[in-house]
Amino acid sequence: MLLGEDGSLRDDIWTDLGDDEVKNGSAAITVSLARWKKADAALRASNRKLGLRLPNDAALEELKPDLDRFELIVLNFPKFTDGRAYSQARLLRARYGYRGELRASGEVLRDQLLFMRRCGFNSFHVGERAIREDWAKAFSEFDVFYQTAQDGGPWVMRQRLGNHR
Amino acid sequence: MYRYDDFDHRFVDERVAQYRDQVRRRLAGQLSEDEFRPLRLMNGLYLQLHAYMLRIAIPYGVLNSAKLRKLAHVARRYDRGFGHFTTRQNLQLHWIKLEDTPDILAELASVEMHAIQTSGNSFRNITTDPFAGVAADEIEDPRPYAEIIRQWSTLHPEFSFLPRKFKIAVSASAEDRAAVKMHDLGLYLRRNEKGETGFEVLVGGGLGRTPLLAHSIKPFVARRDLFSYLEAVLRVYNRYGRRDNLYKSRIKILVQSLGPAKFAAEVEAEWRATDRDAVALPDNYIAEIASGFELPDYDRSPADEQALEQAIADNPAFARWAKHNVTAHKVPGHAVVTISLKPVGETPGDCSADQMDLVADLADELSFGEIRVAYEQNLVLPNVRRDRLFGLWQRLDAAGLGSSNIGLASDIICCPGMDYCSLATARSIPVAQRLARHLAGREDEIGRFSIKISGCINACGHHHLGNIGILGVDKNGEEVYQITLGGDAGNGAAIGQIIGPAVKSDDVTGAIDRLIAAYEKLRQGEERFPETYRRVGAAPFKEALYAAR
Amino acid sequence: MQLVTGNRLRDGKVVYFAGGETWSPAIDDALLVEDDRAETLLREALAGSVPRPAVGPVLIEAVRANGRIHPLSLRERIRASGPTTGPTAEPLIGTASESGG
Repeated sequence: MLLGEDGSLRDDIWTDLGDDEVKNGSAAITVSLARWKKADAALRASNRKLGLRLPNDAALEELKPDLDRFELIVLNFPKFTDGRAYSQARLLRARYGYRGELRASGEVLRDQLLFMRRCGFNSFHVGERAIREDWAKAFSEFDVFYQTAQDGGPWVMRQRLGNHR
Repeated sequence: MYRYDDFDHRFVDERVAQYRDQVRRRLAGQLSEDEFRPLRLMNGLYLQLHAYMLRIAIPYGVLNSAKLRKLAHVARRYDRGFGHFTTRQNLQLHWIKLEDTPDILAELASVEMHAIQTSGNSFRNITTDPFAGVAADEIEDPRPYAEIIRQWSTLHPEFSFLPRKFKIAVSASAEDRAAVKMHDLGLYLRRNEKGETGFEVLVGGGLGRTPLLAHSIKPFVARRDLFSYLEAVLRVYNRYGRRDNLYKSRIKILVQSLGPAKFAAEVEAEWRATDRDAVALPDNYIAEIASGFELPDYDRSPADEQALEQAIADNPAFARWAKHNVTAHKVPGHAVVTISLKPVGETPGDCSADQMDLVADLADELSFGEIRVAYEQNLVLPNVRRDRLFGLWQRLDAAGLGSSNIGLASDIICCPGMDYCSLATARSIPVAQRLARHLAGREDEIGRFSIKISGCINACGHHHLGNIGILGVDKNGEEVYQITLGGDAGNGAAIGQIIGPAVKSDDVTGAIDRLIAAYEKLRQGEERFPETYRRVGAAPFKEALYAAR
Repeated sequence: MQLVTGNRLRDGKVVYFAGGETWSPAIDDALLVEDDRAETLLREALAGSVPRPAVGPVLIEAVRANGRIHPLSLRERIRASGPTTGPTAEPLIGTASESGG
């Protein structure tokens, strides 16, 4: 199940294509970085929706030319305390200009959702707990921020200087 | 001092509400302890030996009387009527109940205080010189920059789950009174040839299992580029710092393994690729934050120096206090006073609620309401007129706050140790108490001397930086103490060297006594211990320590 | 012999597992078992309804002496008795004065 950045819940239309699978009948497939690197011509020419799953220690610079090939990039939090994907998200958005869907997967918990959205994630792979515990509320816990961020939200410097006569 | 605007108030209130809900969910069983632990740590709440411990933030060590009175109130109402000032300028309370913490944080928020990020794997308290703003040797007041960095680092979405904690210190004077070189990231405020303000950036300091001093990686970052450069350092750390081994996760390990030059190059490359304008720190914003730190309206009429000299001549106890606890102020007729929280035989750094209230009153009367916390675990009144010093001392002395030992052997830095801390491997406080009792009688002859004691390898007592450092360890269920020599904080920062086998608890006082006696015999002129140690080496001290008695 | 100890969730107080869902601040209430039953005891302590009343339950060594239970390690004696110094200090459990010697 997916949580959107606006707190809405929806089903996941994407399926993960295994590294050894050729196709799986789905119109929207994600591939691992390893699979993408094998430069599979059929895959690259495919007119299915393509998504990319990245490990949280993946280098990003080399992906720059390919980024607009992907409607979805999935980043990973192997443990919620492993914060490497936050930097990956920031870089993908701010430095490499990625505009597609950026999804958080792995150990995605309620109390990190707002950090994730501010880093540029706009969808979150969650379980049934997200409904039971109303995780959408997490997005509105703060409306004051001390840093600029990828979700275009307000931050105090801009607000203070805006108030300045 | 800095006063919250509407944004700051709103933020801290939202934080309290968020935390209150997190506690509710924990107590209702919706959050496991593993899920909750990082969240409570990000609000400064540890679980220690006897209870929860709350570490309240005192940003860069600056308090006003209202805040100090609130700390006294919280200590009385929710704890056992006393608190412990730490080596990062914060306050710890040892007997806290989880269920009280949302209310405690709400009370703190009402006086513009919090416990945000005093623990956890993110930015910790930004620390600075306790004499900031009033020191005679200062280039520029570092406090506005400390405040700016504090805000920038608060709930930073990219850097809230770093490999490990991240400690930043700022210093802006010739003398480093903030121990900058032992920090993950240190900033020395500098002016370039054009007179523009910027910072020398040092990275990779830290104590603990692998004590290392920070390396200078960039001689000058213009203040406009402060955020973008900090981001570059943190991003390199967040992406490449080790996460496989808790004891190898600090940035110092990354700097050491890459080598400082390569690390600096990585940061530089990351920085050059950044859109620096997007996070530029403009002069007018710095000025706006700095306006909160304008100096008070000092009474610049001449102080009655003659009355002060007479009081010194008439009263040897006051004379001693005036000699050790009073420092020059940049405004004539004024002084910076350090209040010792190291009464001989007591717990170093502890302060009762009543004492806090008294210091708050004294601050209102004599220091424009301002108090500082030094990382040496003492308090500072930064703005006292010299002709009020005698009256101040009398009132401090009556309250057990008149110890005249700043910078002397009984001004011991000491962590809570195994009497309180679940990480500890030995007790530290009783060792400090016995040592202070033993040395106090001759500490004037010994002269300036730093003894620092840690109850475990995590080194919260900064033992690596002590002229004599003492580390308590467990050997087959017995408390034994490892001694290091030659450490120093500040400009001449040095990591102490282990002198030899650990010493039993009962033998520590005698061992330190023999070491100090050896120093007194060997020193030349005004040499402090680190200079003597560098000159003569470890051998004479080893001999003194382990010689048959 | 061993027992299970932890800290009470809501207030952090040191507590000892007394069986079932009972955790007591009095160490003498603790279930003290032979070493070969220790793992079973710990599993019992970790079971029970969520949220569990005690955080971080662990096994520690202890003995029965003079009708009281004494932990063996200095750390656990401090946990049982409180800090050995400061305004709230009490005699350490298991010392001569405490056991009436």
